[in-house]
Amino acid sequence: MIPSAFAYFAPTSVAEAISLLEQYGDEAKILAGGHSLIPAMKLRLAAPSVLIDITKIAELRGVVINGSINIGALTTWHTIEYHDGLKGVCGVLPEAVAQIGDIQVRNRGTLGGALAHADPSADATAVVLALDAQIRTHGPGGERTIAASDFFTDMLSTALEPNELITAVICNKLGAGEGAAYAKFPHPASRYAIVGAAAYVKLSGGKVSACRVAITGAGPVPTRQAETEQALLNSDGSDEAVAKATEESGTTMDVLGDIHASEDYRRAMVKVYTKRALTTALARARG
Amino acid sequence: MTTISVTVNGKQYTRDVEPRMLLVHFLREQLNLTGTHIGCDTSQCGACVVHLNGVSVKSCTTLAVQADGATVTTIEGLANGATLHPLQEGFWEKHGLQCGYCTPGMIMAAADLLKHNPNPSDAEIRHGLEGNLCRCTGYENIVKAVRYAADKMSVTTAD
Repeated sequence: MIPSAFAYFAPTSVAEAISLLEQYGDEAKILAGGHSLIPAMKLRLAAPSVLIDITKIAELRGVVINGSINIGALTTWHTIEYHDGLKGVCGVLPEAVAQIGDIQVRNRGTLGGALAHADPSADATAVVLALDAQIRTHGPGGERTIAASDFFTDMLSTALEPNELITAVICNKLGAGEGAAYAKFPHPASRYAIVGAAAYVKLSGGKVSACRVAITGAGPVPTRQAETEQALLNSDGSDEAVAKATEESGTTMDVLGDIHASEDYRRAMVKVYTKRALTTALARARG
Repeated sequence: MTTISVTVNGKQYTRDVEPRMLLVHFLREQLNLTGTHIGCDTSQCGACVVHLNGVSVKSCTTLAVQADGATVTTIEGLANGATLHPLQEGFWEKHGLQCGYCTPGMIMAAADLLKHNPNPSDAEIRHGLEGNLCRCTGYENIVKAVRYAADKMSVTTAD
């Protein structure tokens, strides 16, 4: 299969990429890792007349850890998976991305690309929600920062403007008393999440003082589980507390069914995987 | 048309390509390197895996223009003259193929796996080859072939 014809640009700076986006608007698509876009173009599900390949923009690559964690939008899954510094300060990131696709997908796929594409079964979407990450974007008007919780607006849709580019993802380092985990039920062939649960907890004085849970795969949009989070807050984080808090998980969110897993089954798995992610996150928070 | 210059298996090629040309078509149709296969054409089977700047990629999901200035290694470039690469030897010795269609991609993916994990367990080999489908062997002998290569390469390194 061959994509329909397009004009190809490979800018070497963010400013150049933005000016191309301004010039070509909706006709243009950004190419990062290309492992969602190129297959869609080969199937002619996408047929942009202009392709802006940002992979030559070196400033968008790499992980910087200082007061917080700054991951360039073009950083590949492979880099995140094998990054020594990340394991100690935010181990859930390498844990989750190591479960994406296969080695070749992880060699090419990028964090920024996955968030911009917002596939309903992507893994990273749930993780950035649970980590309460900030998504930095660049557009003609300059930079802005969008909270992950405001970023995913609908199926395959985000708060990103057509002339904006994601430049980085910023999240906090996890310290003592904090823990996070990702638990995934992968589709056995594609490795996309049938259900993926990302959980973050903070323990203060033996009580859960902060809790975030996000689900991917089950529905059209990665979704925070507000009821579960509220139910676990101020509890002791025991197995009983987790079991009680997850009783209502997935009951109010939009869930889709398909030939691989029905809506009811996915809802049931949301509970199971939320419980697993929270249990692991709590164990990590206890150290 | 865009002019690209790519070093493939140690030899530099300069060609005019359409931006929409996939790397696998560039290799097979422009350079006549037909060892790289097209299997599913939907980024799932791994028959088209080559190394781009030393990293394994699906050449059916990479544009030829993206390889401009890069170094590509295909299955044809893996052997050292008449001496097979340990992975090629392993697939030969352990009968890691039947029809052979998936073999070039399997070997190129396994080479990347062994680079990061020179002594993988059988489970790690299976996990590492998740992006490569074989419809003949049931994978048993493929795992043995990769194990054979890992053992042989570790001996060579120890020497």
